[in-house]
Amino acid sequence: MRTISALRIAAALAVMLVGVPRAVAAQPAPAAAAEVEIDQFAFVPQRITVKAGTTVTWINDDDTPHTVASSSKLFKSKALDTKDKFSFTFTTPGTYAYFCSLHPHMTGVVVVEAVTGADATQ
Amino acid sequence: MTSDQGEERGVSRRKILECMTWAGTGVLWTVVGGMPRSLGIMGEAAAAGASGLTFLQISDSHVGFDKPANPNALGTLEEAISKINALTVRPSFIIHTGDITHLSKPSEFDDADRIISQARLDVHYVPGEHDVLDEDVKLYRNRYGRGSKGAGWYSFDADGVHFIGLVNVVDLKAGGLGNLGNEQLEWLEDDLNGCAASTPIVVFAHIPLWSVYPTWGWGTEDAARALDYLKRFGSVTVLNGHIHQIMQKVEGNVTFHTAMSTAFPQPAPGAAPSPGPMKVADDKLRSVLGITDVTFKRGQQRLAIIDQPLQR
Repeated sequence: MRTISALRIAAALAVMLVGVPRAVAAQPAPAAAAEVEIDQFAFVPQRITVKAGTTVTWINDDDTPHTVASSSKLFKSKALDTKDKFSFTFTTPGTYAYFCSLHPHMTGVVVVEAVTGADATQ
Repeated sequence: MTSDQGEERGVSRRKILECMTWAGTGVLWTVVGGMPRSLGIMGEAAAAGASGLTFLQISDSHVGFDKPANPNALGTLEEAISKINALTVRPSFIIHTGDITHLSKPSEFDDADRIISQARLDVHYVPGEHDVLDEDVKLYRNRYGRGSKGAGWYSFDADGVHFIGLVNVVDLKAGGLGNLGNEQLEWLEDDLNGCAASTPIVVFAHIPLWSVYPTWGWGTEDAARALDYLKRFGSVTVLNGHIHQIMQKVEGNVTFHTAMSTAFPQPAPGAAPSPGPMKVADDKLRSVLGITDVTFKRGQQRLAIIDQPLQR
């Protein structure tokens, strides 16, 4: 059974993989990242909440192509074949509905929150 | 008797709609007495020779698909075409109800054309959602859209039967189902205005024009309007694909029928977490694509569906 990956902070991991010294990693937080899986004709998680500036990456785990299309036409991926990815960086707070333009019963939501002072000092 | 009167008014008032023998690789249709009915793809085709129009439906060939459910979708399409070529009575033409390719790649369209052309028959296509993955739907329309309107809808006549190919896979709305759209529906109303009510009508489109299972998107948002325009006709047959399995419904004078795929099966509505390709054991694939008899008995509203796999 495939596991469902929830919101994942990948940036820190990437820093570790390239072996950047700890002193550099302690510098101002790099842009956040989040991932949404497309699995069994569904966006998982169906609704995610991220901070402004977060890059959300969708990855298609199905044997069927899907797309990621903003309901307000803000963004639209090409058809994603198995294991293909699509990323979009959300800079403005708000609620962003999207769907698969091939299988429109597949819908999802990205909620983007403003970055607060507390976030910056984390 | 009351029941006899019921039959007089019902579907069976016309020529018996005695359908349908089915092969997963294709459906052979014949029109007898103005009523389309399907015949077995193989031996029974001789019966079609007597009179009327015979045509064949294939669907969902998904050329380019190479996942576990069928690593060689091109190969099974080729098998389907071989069966068509082995028919004792040649059908007049083929209807392909979409998803010719898996990813709308030019090479996939090329491969599909190379195999399907071996049937040496005219092929009337409508696109599936897998055929319109390029943003502007150019790949499909450049190949198959000549003489069509909009995203590729059209009509033609053959032996007194009026055929209408509809497109319900473009401009889909979030949360919705298949979609015909206002422009196409207006065209349809206009197209049907030229037909007498006695004209047998065959409508074909990729996604079912009736609500098979909306939870999986198996239906068409604005099909009711199309069906309203078709109400006055004595014989309407709606042929669809998309769901990779046989479903049939008779509603008044309208018979709805979905075809199996030549590539891979999909689960029955709600029988799996999603409608994705269904993997069966390798030696079972062709049995899933095997023959199904569907019979409409006089005086009964429901159709009997009996599966007869090619391999047991």
